[in-house]
Amino acid sequence: MASLNSPMAPPRSFLWARRIFLTLLTGFVLVPVYVMVSSSLKPLADVTGTFRWLPSGLTIRPYIDIWSTVPLARYFVNSLIVSAAATVCSVVIAVFAAYAVSRYDFRGKRVFTVTVLSTQMLPGILFLLPLFLLYVNIGNATGIALFGSRGGLILTYLTFSLPFSIWMLIGYFDSVPRDLDEAALVDGCGPLGALLRIVVPAAVPGIVAVAVYAFMTAWGEVLFASVMTDDTTRTLAVGLQGYSTLYDVYWNQIMAASLVVSVPVVAGFLLLQRYLVAGLTAGAVK
Amino acid sequence: MRRIRAGATGAVALSLALAATACGGGSATGGGSNDSPKTLTYWASNQGASIAVDQRVLGPELDKFQKQTGIKVKLEVVPWSDLLNRILTATTSGQGPDVLNIGNTWSASLQATGALLPWDAENLAKIGGKDRFAAAALDSTGVRGKDPAAIPLYSMAYALYYNKKIFADAGISQPPATWGELVADGKKIDARGKAALGAEGANPSENIHHVFVFAQQRGAAFFTPDGKPDFTAPQVVDAVKSYVDLMATDKAIPTGDAEYAQNQSVSDFAKGRQAMLLWQSAASNLTSQGMSADSYGIAPVPVISGTPGSGTQVDSAFMGINLAVFKNTHNLDGATRFVRFMTSDAEQKILNKAYSSIPPVTSAQADAAFATPADTVLKSTLSASAAAMPQVPSESQFETTVGTAVKNLFADAAAGRAVTTGSVKAELEKAQQQMPAA
Amino acid sequence: MTTPTPTTTATASAETLREPPPGAAAREPRRGTGRIRRAALPYLLLLPALVLELLVHLVPMAVGIVMSFRELTQFSIRDWGTAPWSGLGNYKVSVNFDAPVGKALLHSFLVTVGFTLLSVALCWLIGTAAAVFMQDAFRGRGLLRTLFLVPYALPVYAAVITWVFMFQHDNGLVNHVLHDQLHLTDQRSFWLIGDNSFYALLTVSVWKGWPFAFLIVTAGLQNIPRELYEAAALDGAGVWQQVRRITLPSLRPVNQVLVLVLFLWTFNDFNTPYVLFGKSAPAAADLISVHIYQASFVTWNFGTGSAMSVLLLLFLLVVTGGYLLITSRGRRPARG
Repeated sequence: MASLNSPMAPPRSFLWARRIFLTLLTGFVLVPVYVMVSSSLKPLADVTGTFRWLPSGLTIRPYIDIWSTVPLARYFVNSLIVSAAATVCSVVIAVFAAYAVSRYDFRGKRVFTVTVLSTQMLPGILFLLPLFLLYVNIGNATGIALFGSRGGLILTYLTFSLPFSIWMLIGYFDSVPRDLDEAALVDGCGPLGALLRIVVPAAVPGIVAVAVYAFMTAWGEVLFASVMTDDTTRTLAVGLQGYSTLYDVYWNQIMAASLVVSVPVVAGFLLLQRYLVAGLTAGAVK
Repeated sequence: MRRIRAGATGAVALSLALAATACGGGSATGGGSNDSPKTLTYWASNQGASIAVDQRVLGPELDKFQKQTGIKVKLEVVPWSDLLNRILTATTSGQGPDVLNIGNTWSASLQATGALLPWDAENLAKIGGKDRFAAAALDSTGVRGKDPAAIPLYSMAYALYYNKKIFADAGISQPPATWGELVADGKKIDARGKAALGAEGANPSENIHHVFVFAQQRGAAFFTPDGKPDFTAPQVVDAVKSYVDLMATDKAIPTGDAEYAQNQSVSDFAKGRQAMLLWQSAASNLTSQGMSADSYGIAPVPVISGTPGSGTQVDSAFMGINLAVFKNTHNLDGATRFVRFMTSDAEQKILNKAYSSIPPVTSAQADAAFATPADTVLKSTLSASAAAMPQVPSESQFETTVGTAVKNLFADAAAGRAVTTGSVKAELEKAQQQMPAA
Repeated sequence: MTTPTPTTTATASAETLREPPPGAAAREPRRGTGRIRRAALPYLLLLPALVLELLVHLVPMAVGIVMSFRELTQFSIRDWGTAPWSGLGNYKVSVNFDAPVGKALLHSFLVTVGFTLLSVALCWLIGTAAAVFMQDAFRGRGLLRTLFLVPYALPVYAAVITWVFMFQHDNGLVNHVLHDQLHLTDQRSFWLIGDNSFYALLTVSVWKGWPFAFLIVTAGLQNIPRELYEAAALDGAGVWQQVRRITLPSLRPVNQVLVLVLFLWTFNDFNTPYVLFGKSAPAAADLISVHIYQASFVTWNFGTGSAMSVLLLLFLLVVTGGYLLITSRGRRPARG
């Protein structure tokens, strides 16, 4: 771990600044989390009345009700499938593309990287309707159902995360010493062998970081999901809105459902955190 | 360099080719077919307490339909937040359901897209003719003079719901019949520490229904007879201002309601925090929130003076949900049969009972099931004092722009800023200029 | 497609290997990899990415640009290939700042710029400060790091809806604390409507965004050679001076990327304002993404909506281009 490595202890001003800053920041981060957890355990009357820090009574009722108010389990599975598939595809494709850019000189390389990067700037709203039309037309022409299916959503999401993923992986691959894959080439591996046996293993942290990013992009997206899914393929980001109905806003259930769907993601995220910090380093410091 | 350019040219050419194929839009299939006579896709709007409730209400009925006809109906209950977008994308692409629910207020707008099957005399004959339906209900399903774009399914009207106990505590013996009385009652209720009237200040659609009635009561309309927006006429400005003034000066509506957009005012009423609520067909909603039917009363929405009737005595928009057939349907006959099924007397009774709405089918309306005091009020409103929202193609834009203007004015009132004739007019002018020129 | 025939690429790459174009030479030396002669391979590797970007981004974008030149309303969307051309009509409407549509767009644009700059600045500031403060090990650092990642890891909808709950006028935590407990305000404030909505939006955006900056900067800090600090310490520089003289300059390359990415993401963010305010945002927080959404989907004017999007895209291209130009120019000499 890097450290400030000063021969003397940091001055008190620094320690105090650190203490105050980190305390405030922790409060800022945690208050919404606390609200989420405590509200999910409150009866409905508590969450529709004046806010109270401590529940008047604890109930796990919301955690039971969430499954019947909306088909949460189905939405969860949909989100999981869509996000996981989009992540895997995005990472694999980005690895190939980044390897090409990092290790080869070829005509059009600049055009490619600039084009890919510039798609980061596209306002989603500009291509929402055209993309929808395109999917429908592909469906009509080829019989491949992209619109309304998970496939279409996977395709869309994986391209959302692709540009940034490629960008980060190029940086990461650049930092893997070239001698390593050249040695592999000498040993008779093909270029793909070198990629898979040398570069990818050396770049695991970067790949994990990219995967987490790709997953979160797909997991939270609302706009495209609201138009491109139907009842059977609806994802969580859209489906959670079902808790505010024509009749009432079931705040406690919203909070419970949000927690239930967040816990696995946050847990996975935190497990991977070690890789994440390392992975983002190389990519960003390109 | 040369090769880069060649590559780029190739890419552009390919994109254009793909773009050209995308140009087809919904035109590929024109007028509907009977390619898949055994299935139907039905997009229902969310009418019940939740999507799950709707599925429970509609499921058994769809099973009945399948038993009768052998047609399997694939039901999707689409949340209101998504419904218009889904319909729009379906319209653009031609890829949509066979049958769908649309609100009264969207009917004319959606009719203009040409995506919905017009119900001409021949089609109407297949479902028993237009005389089965209340004329006012059928009038709200598209531009006057054109074939209806949809068939009425549930009719609803606004009514004044009041909490009997709060009224008694405040010494009010009967519900207010005029706005003046309502404001006066509001002061008494306020003195007892309760809120008088609820509103969904940040919900453009709710706002629009109310200011529409306020305008009617002043003999004004938001559109000229030939369908041009006319939002800044003095009576219209007065109407909007008077509605917002219920919060700004009359203090009948609590300022907190300015940010309500998710029916919190209904919960406030159900929980006994607020004495009155202007709502459409709230009975099953209130029941589901634990308010017993005998703890509240129901009365017509107030007017300026006199009693509800036509013209300036209008006290509600004619609300309703209609059933439309998508022109691109692959099962035209089945869709028509489904509409006939859903508007049959038997189904009308079951469905409207479940949603506490009124059947637009006159023979079903006469049924004893719709004779409760609440239904009586709603029925008389619908037949005598409800007016159809403007049936113009730009209705949905009107709803958005003016509804948002009212939302902004409520926000001003809530923040303690003065709501003046000038500020109201400025907001309405802005709304009018955002309307399409057509 | 950009995949040339094998023969042409073979020559192309042979040329490349002999005489790299000036642009490519700026990179690390890789001419030594003379063994790599299968010149079609890089194109094959790029193919999937290229095809997908083309399909999902570039072609729809082209279609969107075509749409922006058409009069595309509810009367024509059903068969938009035959919608009447409107030339530059949609653009004229969008940039006519005297008329309400243009005025509203300009207002929304300015709100977005202000919001984005503030949000990015705060995210960066908090993220950097936290990363620097947590560079030295102390008790509980691991726990804090984990905690700090939670906002980033929460699904957007769940995070934002929680804030909506907290910002409610009557029942929200924010008013409860500010008004009921601390008595800072005379009456409860509105956060989701009116002028305060800007601060509400900013708060949520920063809450969600700063952990990303924290993550990237934390990562960047690990790459700073510790010898630099040792040398500075020997020169008698205190902690604060070390931060100013070593940490911040060393983070420049990281920051260049970080700030740009944060800027683009925040500027185009749709999910946060949409969940926070719904389809029609209050004027004070009328972000351009929702504004254009409303222009196209709620008022059904897809032609104008597309034109607005194209203008937005042009703006972002110019800003990004300019940003990269300026930051890279300043960066090269520093690298030597």
